[in-house]
Amino acid sequence: MTENLKIIEIEVLRYNPESDREPHLEVYKVPFSDDMSVLQGAQYIKDNFDGSLTFRWSCRMAICGSCGMMINGIPKLSCETFLRDYYPNRIRLEAMHHFPIEKDLVVDLSGFIEKLESIQPYIIPKEPRSLEQGEYLQSPKQFSDYIQFTSCINCTLCYAACPQFGLNPDFIGPGAIALLHRYNMDSRDGAAAERMELVASEEGVFHCSAVGYCSEVCPKHVDPANAVNINKTNAARDYFLRFLSPKGGSK
Amino acid sequence: MKPGLKRSNAPIFWSLFGAGGMLSALFGPALVFITGIAVPFGFILPADAMSYPKMLAFAQNFIGKGFILAVIALFLWFAAHRIFHSLHEVGIHAGVGAKLICYGSAFVATVISVVVLLGLGF
Ligand code: SF4
Ligand code: FES
Repeated sequence: MTENLKIIEIEVLRYNPESDREPHLEVYKVPFSDDMSVLQGAQYIKDNFDGSLTFRWSCRMAICGSCGMMINGIPKLSCETFLRDYYPNRIRLEAMHHFPIEKDLVVDLSGFIEKLESIQPYIIPKEPRSLEQGEYLQSPKQFSDYIQFTSCINCTLCYAACPQFGLNPDFIGPGAIALLHRYNMDSRDGAAAERMELVASEEGVFHCSAVGYCSEVCPKHVDPANAVNINKTNAARDYFLRFLSPKGGSK
Repeated sequence: MKPGLKRSNAPIFWSLFGAGGMLSALFGPALVFITGIAVPFGFILPADAMSYPKMLAFAQNFIGKGFILAVIALFLWFAAHRIFHSLHEVGIHAGVGAKLICYGSAFVATVISVVVLLGLGF
């Protein structure tokens, strides 16, 4: 496959926790064809130069959300980013910003997983419903209220983009708040008041300073910044009106 | 849900910030134009549009007082919040001190404005 192939230089941030004190860059010369993604470039390096190069991937079609990395400093899915768009310049691959590096391009996502659990990402019915009552009916309007926020693939590119998450990893962050909003907006769900405790907390939406970069890098057009902003308004309303409402969002 | 969550007091500052941001976007440029260009150069508006007696009458009117207070206080709360957060963003984690200076000056200026406006009488 070598004839007529162009060669692109790929610089990769390497880190082996067993031998390296800190990450360092290494450059590889990779022959590529026009249909090769950045992920395939990384695979070429792994297959031909250094089998220890570590990165995550699965679907190769921008749906599993596991292949995120910094590509020339911008958080992107490496399977839907093409080498041809960078040639003849050198391309730099780094682990996603703002996360601890586990090895090479693999980051530790355990903090994100905890946040995902904390938002209760499932429908909590308003009241118990028996089988005889049948299925839930939802109007197109009710459906459109939340459908956009269901598209999240948990790629965490928005976290790599968010300067506030970078400054304070306790911030629940764009992706998890977008998903929280997805459940709050679902007409079958009745737990918005319960989730408000988290939204209005010190780890909640008010960390956000409306930079908006999260929505820019989101590969699924979820617009997490919008979800965060709507929930700022919700949390402010809850803050001032909580004494009036009998249920009151949170303590 | 995570245990030990503390409710954030941010809505107070965020609401003042939001109100000030909206107000400054709506009125800021017009005010700069009127007070900085139109009146001093007698351009479009007559040069005495902001003469002392007129301004005093404005500040003695109930609605005028409200407008002046909103423009001074909310603009400052907006600026305080923006400056404080921008400090954080450029990596200066100034903490409680900066918070006190930013929001404190907005607070002090608000109090002074209220006192002066009330002192001008009706
Ligand atoms: S909101 Fe977008 S960028 Fe963030 S995790 Fe979901 S799909 Fe990825
Ligand atoms: S490999 Fe699944 S999103 Fe890229």
